[in-house]
Amino acid sequence: MTITEKILARESGASIVSPGDNIWVNCGILLTHDVCGPGTIGIFQREFGRDAKVFDREKVVILPDHYIFTADEKAHRNIDILRAFVKEQGLPYYYDPGTDSYCGVCHVALPELGHVRPGETIFGTDSHTCTHGALGAFSTGIGNTDAGFILGAGKLLVKVPPTLRFVLDGEMPPYLSAKDLILQIIGDITVDGATYCAMEFTGSAIAALSIDERCTICNMAVEAGAKNGIIAPDQKTLDYVNARTKKPYEPLFSDPDAKVVSERRYDVSRLEPVVARPHLPDRRALARECRDVKVTQVYIGSCTGGKLEDFVMAAKLMKGRKVAVRTLIVPATRTVEQGLSDTRIDGQSLRSIFESAGVEPIAPPSCAACLGGPYDTFGRTHGKEVVVSTTNRNFIGRMGSKESQIYLASPYTAAATALTGHITDPRDV
Amino acid sequence: MPKDTLIRGPVYVLEDNIDTDLLIPACYLNLVPTIPEEYRKLGSYALAGLPDSFPKYASNPDGSTPYPIVIGGRNFGCGSSREHAPIALGAAGAKAVVAESYARIFFRNSVATGEIFPLESEKRLCGEFKTGDQAEVDIEKGTVTRLSDGAVFTLKPVGAVAPVIAAGGMFAYARQIGMIKR
Ligand code: SF4
Repeated sequence: MTITEKILARESGASIVSPGDNIWVNCGILLTHDVCGPGTIGIFQREFGRDAKVFDREKVVILPDHYIFTADEKAHRNIDILRAFVKEQGLPYYYDPGTDSYCGVCHVALPELGHVRPGETIFGTDSHTCTHGALGAFSTGIGNTDAGFILGAGKLLVKVPPTLRFVLDGEMPPYLSAKDLILQIIGDITVDGATYCAMEFTGSAIAALSIDERCTICNMAVEAGAKNGIIAPDQKTLDYVNARTKKPYEPLFSDPDAKVVSERRYDVSRLEPVVARPHLPDRRALARECRDVKVTQVYIGSCTGGKLEDFVMAAKLMKGRKVAVRTLIVPATRTVEQGLSDTRIDGQSLRSIFESAGVEPIAPPSCAACLGGPYDTFGRTHGKEVVVSTTNRNFIGRMGSKESQIYLASPYTAAATALTGHITDPRDV
Repeated sequence: MPKDTLIRGPVYVLEDNIDTDLLIPACYLNLVPTIPEEYRKLGSYALAGLPDSFPKYASNPDGSTPYPIVIGGRNFGCGSSREHAPIALGAAGAKAVVAESYARIFFRNSVATGEIFPLESEKRLCGEFKTGDQAEVDIEKGTVTRLSDGAVFTLKPVGAVAPVIAAGGMFAYARQIGMIKR
C-alpha cells in the first residue's frame, strides 16, 4: 500500500484498503477558521442538537485567519460565533484574534503549533488543508457539512484515492524554489490532472527541501484537483514535529512495491523559474519569457508564499536594492512575523532589508489579499492591477477585482519582479 | 437533495474550470449559510464573480434565478472548499448542474448538503446549449433533453455516491445506516 492508503487503513480499522473503497475514517484533527467555522458550527448544532458536545476537544483546532483586520461587521460577528462556541465547548485549541494567542494563516500555524503529526488524519474546512501532507499526514479539505458531521461523529466517509507519484531528483539550481517545482508539475498535468487522487512527492530533491518548502509543494496539490498531497516523513520531519509536540504518533511509509496509477520523473537541475499566467494555475510560462509583462503590484504572503523561508528568498534579492513597484509583504503567522526581525542576512534583519528596499508597511499576519476578502482588506485589488504574487490561485477576481490580473510566482521571481517592475527571472537581477 | 428528479426550465451555460471564486466571490464569504437570511443573500450573489460579459445569473427581482439548470464543462467547481458555492446556487434556485467533470470538493459538498444535483454528462454540452434554451433533466432516466428539437443527451451513472444522494445528503445517509443516532 501507499502511505496514503496505509494511513486511511489504520484510521478506518481495516488491514488493507484499495483505491475506490468508501470507508469511514477517524479524524485526528479537525481544522476550521472564521470563514467556514460559523457554518460548520451551525450544522453541528442543527443536526446533533443545541446541547451536543464535540467528539473530542483535543482534536478540534480553530484558527481564525481570513477576515481579521477589517471593519466588516459580519466578519467580527463570525469571530464572536467562534468564541461563543469555544467557550461553551471548552475547546483548548482556539487562537483568538486580538489576543496573544492569535497566530495567523491556519496552514502555516497548524504545523508550527505541533498539531500536525506524521501518520495521522487531518480534515479541514479549507481546500489548502492538503498542505499538511508535507509532514507525512493524510490531510484534506472538506466542506461545512462534512465538518459539522465530524464535529459530532469524529469520522467521515472517505473514498480512498489512487496515488500519482512524482519523483523529483537532482540538485536545485540557484534561484529555483519549491514553488517553481509545483507550478511545473501543475503545468504538466493541468488543473484537473490529479482530480480525486493523492499526489505523492518523493526523490532526492524533495528530501533536500526544508519543511517550509515541502509545505509549498503539498499546499498546491489541490490546484491540480488532488484530494491530498503527501511526502513521506524523514529525519527532518521528525525533528520538526518533535520540537513542537509531545503527543505520540506513529509514522507510516509507502511499501516499495505499492501500486500507483502513474509515476512522473523530474530532474530539477534542468528546470527554470516559471510563473502561472492569468487565470489558472496551470497556465505556466518561463519567467524569462514574460519580460514584457509590466506589473503594478507584487504580493508576498499566504499559506503558499508567506512562510519564513519565502521571505528569506525574497530578502536575498532585495538586499541593498529598491523596489520599482508597490510591494506588499504579509507574513503568514506571528511566528513568521517575529522571524522577519530575528532572521538576518549579513547582519541585516529581513524586516530592515524590506523596509530599506521601500516596500509598503509590513502587514500583520492573516490571509489578507490572497483571497480578496472584504473591501478594506490589505492589498486587495480594486481595478486593473497586474500582480505578481506568491499565493496559490490566480482565478478571475481572486484578489478582489475581476479586472486585475494575477501571475503566480516563487518568492525569488516575485522579488526580482518588484525590483524591475516587469516579470523578471530571478537569475537576471 | 431537491426532491424533484425531473427538472425543466431554461439553462445557464458556462465553460471549463468554473472556480469557486466565480461561483461566490470571497467578499460574500462573511455570510453564514446556516443563518436563513444570509442563506438567501448568498443565493442573490451566485455566480457574481463571472466577468460582466455573462448575463446576471440571479436576475429575478427577489434575488433568485430564472435558470434552474446550469451547464458547465470540465472541472466544475475547482478551487476552494467553500460550501457557500453549491449553497449559493441552491439558494438562488438552481436544481442541477450538468458538467463534464467536477472538482472533488465541490462535488462532495453538493452531495453532502443536498443543495443541487451534480450531474455528469457523457459528452460536452457547453456547445449544445445557449443560455436561455429550454431543457429537461430527467435524473431517473439519466438524460438531458433540448426541448427546442428534442435532442437527448445522456448522463453518466451517479456511482458510489448514489446511496448518499438517494438518502438526501450526508446526515440522512449516516442516520439511515446507523452511523449516527438522532
Ligand atoms: S492564505 Fe490564501 S490560500 Fe491560504 S488559507 Fe488563506 S486565503 Fe486560503
